[in-house]
Amino acid sequence: MTKKIVIDPVTRIEGHAKISIYLNDAGEVDDARFHVVEYRGFEKFCEGRPFTEMAGITARICGICPVSHLLASAKTGDKILAVKIPATAEKLRRLMNLGQITQSHALSFFHLSSPDWLLGWDSDPAQRNLFGLIAADPDLARAGIRLRQFGQTVIELLGAKKIHAAWAVPGGVRSPLSAGGVAWIRERLPESRATVKMALDLFKNLMGSLTTEIEQFGQFPSLFMGLVGKNGLWEHYGGHIRFTDSEGNIVADGLSEDYYQDYLGEAVEKWSYLKFPYYKPLGYPDGIYRVGPLARVNICSSFGTSEANKELQEFRERAGGVATSSFFYHYARLLEILAALERIEQLIDDPDITSQRVRGNAGINQLEGIGVSEAPRGTLFHHYQVDENGLIQKVNLIIATGQNNLAMNKTVAQIAKHYIQGTEITEGMLNRVEAGIRAFDPCLSCSTHAAGQMPLHVQLVGADGSVLNEVYWN
Amino acid sequence: MSVRTLTINNIPVAVEEGKTILEAAKEADIHIPTLCHLDGVSDVGACRLCLVEVENINKLLPACVTQVTEEMVVHTNTPKLQEYRRMAVELIFAEGNHVCAICVANGNCELQDAAIQVGMDHTRFPYRFPERGVDVSHPQFGIDHNRCILCTRCVRVCDEIEGAHVWDVAQRGENCYIASGLSQPWGEVDACTSCGKCVDACPTGAIFRQGTTSAEKERDRAKLEFVVNARSKQEWTR
Repeated sequence: MTKKIVIDPVTRIEGHAKISIYLNDAGEVDDARFHVVEYRGFEKFCEGRPFTEMAGITARICGICPVSHLLASAKTGDKILAVKIPATAEKLRRLMNLGQITQSHALSFFHLSSPDWLLGWDSDPAQRNLFGLIAADPDLARAGIRLRQFGQTVIELLGAKKIHAAWAVPGGVRSPLSAGGVAWIRERLPESRATVKMALDLFKNLMGSLTTEIEQFGQFPSLFMGLVGKNGLWEHYGGHIRFTDSEGNIVADGLSEDYYQDYLGEAVEKWSYLKFPYYKPLGYPDGIYRVGPLARVNICSSFGTSEANKELQEFRERAGGVATSSFFYHYARLLEILAALERIEQLIDDPDITSQRVRGNAGINQLEGIGVSEAPRGTLFHHYQVDENGLIQKVNLIIATGQNNLAMNKTVAQIAKHYIQGTEITEGMLNRVEAGIRAFDPCLSCSTHAAGQMPLHVQLVGADGSVLNEVYWN
Repeated sequence: MSVRTLTINNIPVAVEEGKTILEAAKEADIHIPTLCHLDGVSDVGACRLCLVEVENINKLLPACVTQVTEEMVVHTNTPKLQEYRRMAVELIFAEGNHVCAICVANGNCELQDAAIQVGMDHTRFPYRFPERGVDVSHPQFGIDHNRCILCTRCVRVCDEIEGAHVWDVAQRGENCYIASGLSQPWGEVDACTSCGKCVDACPTGAIFRQGTTSAEKERDRAKLEFVVNARSKQEWTR
């Protein structure tokens, strides 16, 4: 009889989702699907609001990466005002995004994912979390938490709040950076760099024991998309869109966000609230592409900073050129934290960083705007249409996690096929399926579930829909 | 001028004839919560937050529009009043669409302050989520009817201080809204002098300066008092 295994909810991710694993008559995995089961409706209820509010509203989409929405929205607002923002405002926005990348990646690496490989895939699920990590390796856990705190404090120094600071606005930012803020960042940078170096050493040492995971966790060819700067440098705020393939060939380059609809399509499936974007020239679902740390590291020519460049070279040697396993997302995240810290250092050394000229004013000069920014999880597009008074008529948000949707589905199917065999299904097997999703660090909602334990609920469902067996892990 | 003596919360108070209970309480340093009251303009008793109990009167009276009488015995903070005030604030929240997180007045909002004052930690009434609009047709200002509590302060400052009478109340009951001109878009109302007094008077984020984002609203409330004093008492300094 055909069976279905449901993992609901998926734990240690941001938001609510479930995974269905479909077994055929022989008990082998036929397919697996990653469902996002929460509906948010932001695109709809933003209609009718003044566009100047959009940064504040859309930041509320997420408690982990509010900065990403803030920046993409403010950039969209800049386009509606048709202004070039003050130079310092751009530097400060970049600084906040780098703080955001640091804190979000630290959260994904230390708090959410490291328990899997540091405590063991099959270890007691009651302990396989941040608290278990604190008990097992308090120094590492503390360093990880402090690294995240560093990123969060950079955000707070700029926007007065760690979470949901409505600080970036159309035309620039609301407040400058103080000299005290610069001093704090400078003082804490060495510790943060030491932590990421330690994590890199730890991960590289572990890689020898993770060869199966590297092979099975979403190892497949796909396109990679992200922003790159001048000469293909790693980018997180400006620049242009680049697509590369699994051989490292540039498929498309110099693309502008203004024409994203020419190269990105969005498909919808009945079983998920998350849309399925794809690269239009290749169609759906062949136009599968990945975004986020792995993509950014794969598409860039270099990081443009010395330490991160050295690590990038080693990363490419270890991955054998282009990293096609989704497991390398974790590794790429550490590289990006290092690059972010180096760029933060460059920014705070810039004497212009404390300039008071940070906000430009203008009226409504364009009725449509498209903004793009690199969120920790990948490229984020905001697209607004406004009426002549600036009230929102239409909103389209293309979020990073959505763009990884096809790849996440492919990853869970690959892992399920490899690890789930026979009728006995262990928690450790299912944890690996979940971990496939965690590699992408998907951001499914506005709130963090990093602290606290969510129960794992697995259902075996017959072809007729009847529940054959149920297991709970609390 | 004759004087009236009364007690408020068992404290003897003597005020001029014609003063309201709210004014008498203020003179005696007794705080009565208000939302629609604004120094410098007339009172209308719209918000019901200043309700007080007066002995031998079998209903609650709004302190802002009730004149004192001789030997009146007033209570301003009984359990019954606390319950009624909390309910009034809860009803205001349930009636409109008040989303503090993205509001220009967040952290600087008299409705928020009132909620804290009356101990409202949640509302017991279901939210109505009415469909209301935003008018940003004025080049400098905007009005978001979602955040309007119909206190009519804007109506009164515009009429009584600025003398332009741009604002008025349209419709009835749950359909009530603050209308500009002859219910035209604000930007088309010739009478508006763009003085911004309504922005300063508005207790919430309903009337705001365009371009301000969440928690950015600032009010120059003292300006209203200054204009009134300048006009009535010839006091030209702030």
